[in-house]
Amino acid sequence: MSPAGGLVSRNGDAVALANVPRFPLDAFRAQTVSAVTEGVRVAALFALPATAGVAQLVAILADGRTGSLSTAVTDIAESYPALTSDCPQVHWFEREIAEQWGIRPEGHPWLKPIRFHRAYRAGRDAWGRGPDAPILPSVMDFFRVEGEEIHEVAVGPVHAGIIEPGHFRFQCHGERVLHLEVSLGYQHRGVERALVGGPTPRTIPYMETLAGDTTIGHATAHCQAVEALAGCSIPARAATLRGVALELERLANHTGDLGALSGDVGYLPTASFCGRLRGDFLNMTALICGSRFGRGLVRPGGVVFDLEPDRVAELLERLDRTLTDVAGAVGLLWESPSVLARFEETGPVPREVAETVGLVGVAARASGLDRDVRLDFPAGIFRWAQIPVSTWQSGDVFARAWVRWLEIQRSAEFVRGQLRALPDGPVRIPVGPLAPNRMTVSLVEGWRGEICHVALTDAGGRLAHYKIVDPSFHNWMGLAMALRNQEISDFPLCNKSFNLSYCGHDL
Amino acid sequence: MLKELIARLRQGYRTTPYPLAPPVLPDRFRGKPELNPAACRPDCRVCALACPTGAIRVDGDQPILDMGRCLFCADCACHCPSGALRFTGEHRLAVWARGDLIVQQPQPEPAGPPEDGRLQLYRRALKLRQVSAGGCNACEADVNVLTTIAFDLGRFGIQIVASPRHADGLLITGPVTENMKLALEKTYLAVPPPRLVIAVGACAISGGPYADHPEVHNGAVGILPVDLFIPGCPPHPLTILDGLLRLKTPKEYGQP
Repeated sequence: MSPAGGLVSRNGDAVALANVPRFPLDAFRAQTVSAVTEGVRVAALFALPATAGVAQLVAILADGRTGSLSTAVTDIAESYPALTSDCPQVHWFEREIAEQWGIRPEGHPWLKPIRFHRAYRAGRDAWGRGPDAPILPSVMDFFRVEGEEIHEVAVGPVHAGIIEPGHFRFQCHGERVLHLEVSLGYQHRGVERALVGGPTPRTIPYMETLAGDTTIGHATAHCQAVEALAGCSIPARAATLRGVALELERLANHTGDLGALSGDVGYLPTASFCGRLRGDFLNMTALICGSRFGRGLVRPGGVVFDLEPDRVAELLERLDRTLTDVAGAVGLLWESPSVLARFEETGPVPREVAETVGLVGVAARASGLDRDVRLDFPAGIFRWAQIPVSTWQSGDVFARAWVRWLEIQRSAEFVRGQLRALPDGPVRIPVGPLAPNRMTVSLVEGWRGEICHVALTDAGGRLAHYKIVDPSFHNWMGLAMALRNQEISDFPLCNKSFNLSYCGHDL
Repeated sequence: MLKELIARLRQGYRTTPYPLAPPVLPDRFRGKPELNPAACRPDCRVCALACPTGAIRVDGDQPILDMGRCLFCADCACHCPSGALRFTGEHRLAVWARGDLIVQQPQPEPAGPPEDGRLQLYRRALKLRQVSAGGCNACEADVNVLTTIAFDLGRFGIQIVASPRHADGLLITGPVTENMKLALEKTYLAVPPPRLVIAVGACAISGGPYADHPEVHNGAVGILPVDLFIPGCPPHPLTILDGLLRLKTPKEYGQP
């Protein structure tokens, strides 16, 4: 038994649904709260569709110290006492549950929609809206600070750049931001609902476009889940190539982010250089599979494209050349007092806050939290090849930039090592049908942080439910916390230092 | 300052000579699909069944492929038992009419640019406002990259601007979600007429993988008058750049 009392599994294991323990609500609540108090994280909390008016609440608790994932279930009806009051990191999950299923977590301190769509159960609505009442994004009561000198700033959904849509509402006193509320849902395309009944030929394109900049991350998480459910173990060469592609995705995005951060403080040399260098990493992915974003590479059973010795040599040569240029471009940042003055102490997220909110990925590690799926819950190639976790303590924009630079170096080293010692063998094997009535939790450390896919099959081996948690789902609240008591003119810089996904959140 | 100058020297000149020199694309790049119906087996529907977005239909024994729906995943070509379908390295995919995205044999002559005088207005300077309406950030990223030194969109007199009031037209990505429809329409109306509308990517043209979801509107086509269609998932930056250059005459960007 785990600290949470649920069924313990490892990343990428499949378990029989019948073995997942069902607890009374009180016990479920108590053990979830106590596990989180002891440092375990909630990787996912979601509801399964109701039968006969009773839905099931499922909690996936991730214990990074032991690498165990614990799953527990409880029955809920039309409402239940919210966990958020005792376990703030599930606040967004409970809003999602309310919106999707019309189930009210009573006592939730800020129960509002997150994606602005109708509940999946006809006739149910957590806010009592009628079936014909319009649901418009961001049309709701925002958190308001009152006072003679307080003013409100509304930004988005259409922003002043090539960027996805979202709405930001600031409560300000002069330049100082007292509170930022993030309101999303503009990108909602109904992915989770469309996955039920699959897999179909569209399943993989959904995964590759959940968050298009994380094609490899989400496609890998999905394929790991499918392979677990089908009882298939992919060849070592395939696992290695997936790892290489995942780290190339990280290299491209981290490099682009450092350039964009540089641009946001008006330091143009690094901004210009990194804009090009990000593309050089993307072009390495295109050398592997023809697509800069890795479309068409990762499939159930392995990968579609193999690497010949010439292609490996070309990749290694390009990697060395590009990394030298990245080191030169990024090195300028750390030697420029004007850059450091803008990065340091801007948008700080203290460690305790990061822990309470449940941050993941770069944002968590920049606040000193030692969290990384690759090391804590290794799957695929990361079971054999480890990448040291990069952390920094200050939690500010500088820390989020610096952690990216540390990770660039370590990812490049990893890619180099793997390409030099590619295991022999096939890159793809056939995958059989999915086993019926099973469940799996699949985690991948995408470049933004922990990607969590939970897949459940029905009696016929079709997908009965599919839960996706993009790292942005955990981290948008981190951005809101980072803005507290900052100048509103620092919002673009803080936002870029998180660089969260809108579509990955909105699904 | 000295460090910046040394870094600048080391980084070198990095702007692609495209379109004056042919592009260098990876050998596995999947560009314009090519059909060879003569190779098709009778009553074979394998490609159509493999396609995730219904981009291929078989009419008689003739496959017909809609690039506006195509994700360029090549699942069709992988499944085709007779090699009747392949993806070439051709990156120039943009067209002026939705119907010209249909690849078939014989291929009708594609439509030319609009002749209402709008293009003359954009010849020296073209300002575009980008709107992501449910896009996954891949099309967005590969539009954004055109503004970097690698492509230097500014040298063609094309600029992505922050305000629709400053724009000559919209460049739209994404399947147009229900939740973005109003914002897209308002942004369009905020652009002073005459306006230009460019749809980039399978989503903006047809809904892409999200076609027929109740949460989306199958792209911008049914909502706004689209002038230029740039297919792909996402289109390669050079495919997008080639599309944008259709708005200019070759002489204007230095082509002899």
